[in-house]
Amino acid sequence: MIATMEQGQNVDTVTPGSIVASLEAVNKNYGNVRALRGVDFRVRAGQIVALLGPNGAGKTTAVKLLLGLMPPNTGRVRVFGGDPTNPENRMRTGAMLQVGRVPETLRVREHIDLFSTYYPKPMSSTKILAAAGLEKLSDRKFGELSGGQKQRVLFALAICGDPDLLLLDEPTLGLDVEARRLLWDEIRHLVGRGKTVLLTTHYLQEADALADRVAVINQGEIIAQGTPAEIKAQTSGKRIRCITSLSTPSLRQIPGVTEVKEDREAVEIHAREAEPVVRELLARDAKLSGLEITSAGLEEAFLALTQDSAKNGNHSN
Amino acid sequence: MSAATMTLNNAGIERSSRHTATIYLKEAKYEFLKNLRLRMYTASVLSFPIMFYVLFGLVLNSKEAIGGTGVPTYLIATYGTFGVMGASLFGTAAGLASDRGLGWLQVKRASPMPPFAYFAAKVITSMVFSAIIVLALFTLGITLGGVRMPFADFARLLGTLVAGSLPFSAMGLALGYFTGPNSAPPAINLIYLPMSFCSGLWVPFLFLPKVVRQIALVLPPYHLSQLALGVVGAGAHQSNATHWEVLGAFTMICLGVARIGFQRDQGKLYG
Repeated sequence: MIATMEQGQNVDTVTPGSIVASLEAVNKNYGNVRALRGVDFRVRAGQIVALLGPNGAGKTTAVKLLLGLMPPNTGRVRVFGGDPTNPENRMRTGAMLQVGRVPETLRVREHIDLFSTYYPKPMSSTKILAAAGLEKLSDRKFGELSGGQKQRVLFALAICGDPDLLLLDEPTLGLDVEARRLLWDEIRHLVGRGKTVLLTTHYLQEADALADRVAVINQGEIIAQGTPAEIKAQTSGKRIRCITSLSTPSLRQIPGVTEVKEDREAVEIHAREAEPVVRELLARDAKLSGLEITSAGLEEAFLALTQDSAKNGNHSN
Repeated sequence: MSAATMTLNNAGIERSSRHTATIYLKEAKYEFLKNLRLRMYTASVLSFPIMFYVLFGLVLNSKEAIGGTGVPTYLIATYGTFGVMGASLFGTAAGLASDRGLGWLQVKRASPMPPFAYFAAKVITSMVFSAIIVLALFTLGITLGGVRMPFADFARLLGTLVAGSLPFSAMGLALGYFTGPNSAPPAINLIYLPMSFCSGLWVPFLFLPKVVRQIALVLPPYHLSQLALGVVGAGAHQSNATHWEVLGAFTMICLGVARIGFQRDQGKLYG
């Protein structure tokens, strides 16, 4: 009891909704480069949170701060209510980082054995191998593995301690479609057991498919936060796709059209509302075919948000 | 307090000391295995001192003496020093530079691994390789070179040389913090080969030019080799205490430099 009070730790963090990890007004610079600017970001228990942004946005920096690998210049980083460098917090956290080289002469099971030893209550090696899809590879030396297999070993090292919080930096980079789906399933399974996952990604589809909450980051600032649906709603709009003989310039002049793109034999028209534009199209081109109307996806929302923030960013610099 | 909170409290308790000991042992075990299986490392670190010893101590000059000590015995001390230095430098510096530069050390630091276990494992591995080299030289010397000494002297020589791996492990840690994965091995060679020559590890100290002999007095390998030679009865001038003091001071300086590198790493890495 006394130990808990001295550390000031918020022990009761398994309650869904409580804050498991946070960046509070964090600035982080590398020399002249402002990698994170005034970032406020919270991860709540039991959720999958995706930090979505292009390369160089500051995602990896955010993860490294949460892991206590370096201190922020200003602001505060908190994990389980305490300092991320605290070994007790590290014992409840698992990390997957982008690594240039892992010792190649050690076998998969040896890597897992060593990392499991760091934790007070690791999972059994059978479970770890199964969760990472490595059952047949446990005796292989790391250097003999393919790129995707190496990623899975890094994932195994992140989960081996049965941590309450998982921080994954671009976990599906280099994985083929099937391996990616398997990893997504495993992440969902972990969250189903009460874990919390923060992953960074630049795959929009991944954030959309996996996350309960998405934070969009660009040039060191969080420019949007919310559920995938809320982010999409921030750029309302529809996508109208059709094959038409109408010229692109004339399409642009239809009222309500915000953007026209050519895609091989078809055109893709972006508009606030679909119906007036479609009425106009059908009136002008009776031979129009291949008509598809969809909501603007996360990709459009993301591009719109990052273009906006880039424009605004030029002012604040 | 609910049962859930009680379980959390138990998860927050620090590791027992037995658990910590297990971590240190496993870290050292896997560091050793990792290096052992690295054929380039094992081959070069073991074979150079052995090859030189066989060539200069057993094939040539085996019946000669240097200042009263038989060449095969004399060269165990000097090539033993050379071998220990190489094993410690390459074992620590190259691995550390690579782990730092390529992100592996960050993965380990993000985990609950006690940072000291990482360094201790490297130092222990260097000591084990050092012991292997020295024992190999002993075996060759006894079987092929007619080296005869009391068992206690063999034990003291082994102990001296293995203890002497510590200053060079410290030096390796300092180097590892200030070189990159590709520049570490050449940097090590650039430093340790001239150092070895000037310390009398190849051409025996007595035969070095006077200028070089002055330089040797500030070189750690000179002091270690003098300690080793002292065990076999061929040491020269100063008391053992002086030699240990120089090595100790050198170790402290290197650890200080390594510590600066360690703290610098925390703010530096871009990602």
